[in-house]
Amino acid sequence: MTLKLISIRNLMRRKAKAAFILAGLVIAVATVAGIITFVQATRHDIAHKLEQYGANILIVPKTENLSLSYGGLSLGGVSFDLEEIRESELARIATIPNHRNIAAVGPMVLGVASVESRRILMAGVDFQAAGVLKPWWHVEGRLPQDDEVLLGAEAARVLNLDTGQRLSANGRSLAVSGRLAVTGSQDDQLAFLTLATAQQLFAKPGKISMAEVAALCKDCPIEDMVRQISAVLPNAKVMAIQQVVKSRMEALAQFERFSYGISGVILFIGGLVVLVTMMGSVRERTQEIGIFRAVGFRRSHILQIVFLEAGIISVLAGVLGYVAGWASAAAALALFGDGHSGHVPFAPGLAAGSVALALALGLIATVYPAQMGARLDPNEALRAL
Amino acid sequence: MSYIVAEHLSKSFGSGATVVQAVSDLNFGIAPGEFVAIMGESGAGKSTLLAMLGAMSAPSTGRLQVDGIDVYALGQDRLADFRREYLGFVFQSFHLVPYLSVIENVMLPLAVSRKSGSEKRRLAEEALAQVGLAGKAKRLPGEISGGEKERVAVARAIVNEPPVLLADEPTGNLDSGNSREIMRMFQRLNDSGMTVIMVTHSAECSGYAERILHLSDGRLTADRRTAETALRGAA
Repeated sequence: MTLKLISIRNLMRRKAKAAFILAGLVIAVATVAGIITFVQATRHDIAHKLEQYGANILIVPKTENLSLSYGGLSLGGVSFDLEEIRESELARIATIPNHRNIAAVGPMVLGVASVESRRILMAGVDFQAAGVLKPWWHVEGRLPQDDEVLLGAEAARVLNLDTGQRLSANGRSLAVSGRLAVTGSQDDQLAFLTLATAQQLFAKPGKISMAEVAALCKDCPIEDMVRQISAVLPNAKVMAIQQVVKSRMEALAQFERFSYGISGVILFIGGLVVLVTMMGSVRERTQEIGIFRAVGFRRSHILQIVFLEAGIISVLAGVLGYVAGWASAAAALALFGDGHSGHVPFAPGLAAGSVALALALGLIATVYPAQMGARLDPNEALRAL
Repeated sequence: MSYIVAEHLSKSFGSGATVVQAVSDLNFGIAPGEFVAIMGESGAGKSTLLAMLGAMSAPSTGRLQVDGIDVYALGQDRLADFRREYLGFVFQSFHLVPYLSVIENVMLPLAVSRKSGSEKRRLAEEALAQVGLAGKAKRLPGEISGGEKERVAVARAIVNEPPVLLADEPTGNLDSGNSREIMRMFQRLNDSGMTVIMVTHSAECSGYAERILHLSDGRLTADRRTAETALRGAA
């Protein structure tokens, strides 16, 4: 015979009340756990998608000139004071502290060539990196090799060239290996070559015009990545393309704040459910408490019995709440996650946090009812029958 | 030498114009091993006196000493410990915990002691054997008769071998056969050295006591020793 046995037996006897408290706590914990799971999974998903969005950092030569173009309309000539970047320098990017967050580095050589009396912007790229940097590309034909060219949709239309035909650029004959489907970007206007071919064509051996970097830093700001790359490439200007990241993260943060507000309200209601039900339970047990006190239980023993009951229900509610929250988040992501697989990994930390939250909520809400029971006068409790 | 000493015990309820004087200026002593019956009409203050003797209701004025301990000078926790160590209660309505088995009810006063589980069980089994319920240890209170419930209540009261047994109308809900059985049990406990103090309306039950305190309107109107009664002798 122990106080724990008394608590367990009482819970078994008052199943409906115990179930009501359990339900209140499970709903509260499941809401919080579900929201946190949803937010974490969405954050992870956004981060994953950002990788697929392609380049989010640009590395360009430093210049003292201000840009004279806006919205694709150029109002000035070409800057001639550019200090081009050496291709070999890009290897330094692999030495930055956050190098594991870099998905791809894409060097690019830009140049203007004359093709059948027309001038066209040609770009030499690393097509392996381009697969990561420009995942929206859809090539009709195949990627070019040396002395081959891939035409943007608009360039192919203007030049009236198709796969298999040849063109002469700056006097060098190039075979059209394929054409890009319409991208809606500037890529439609360009012709793409291998990096080596472009360097030969524009007489820029070992040099590049710019580089694109697909970087992801979930656990640190993108500015950190920019700073780290700038440090290893002091002669280049490194810029972050932040709009997409920021807007999505800000939307998520807003959702997060709203959800936590709702969670707070639900937690409060869950606490009230525990408080009211435990008070009812203690009132129902006036006789028992009177007996316990009459046979020599101290007030602290009554507190222990009531808190043990609340603790047992709370731990159970924490486990069930986490599982329910996890399942709800998985279901919500599968339904509304826009391409999300719905797979949500088990999070031991969140599971432990859910149990701790349920325990804290259950015990805090039980303080008043437990004190009410402990303060019962044994004689009055027995006379009240 | 008295084991229990009541000095000017008074108890009132309410305040101002609605004050009710339940007992007034009670003075008596009870020797160790005495069997005392407290009698009187309804509302005479018997149960109030028993609650004060049971360390469950502090007197408005006066002092109670048990074994030299000034009972109501103790703090709340020590008062609870005192009840557990010195007193056993038998209530008219049995007051068993309905969701605990017979043996668990008997073990209740031991729940907060530091005895091992097996020791607690051994003591409870001994107490149940003393009241003749060894075979019904696993039953729930709802599964036994009124007489058996009363015997479980007695077993619970004596399981930790307290020096004083307090009983409030212990036969009030029992038929004559069960009443006699309970009274004989009390007498055996008293014979073994336990001080028994019992509130009763029943003249037959009071016949088992060696001393009767008679209350009327909250005052002690008679304190008489019974002769070696026929009932005591017959038991």
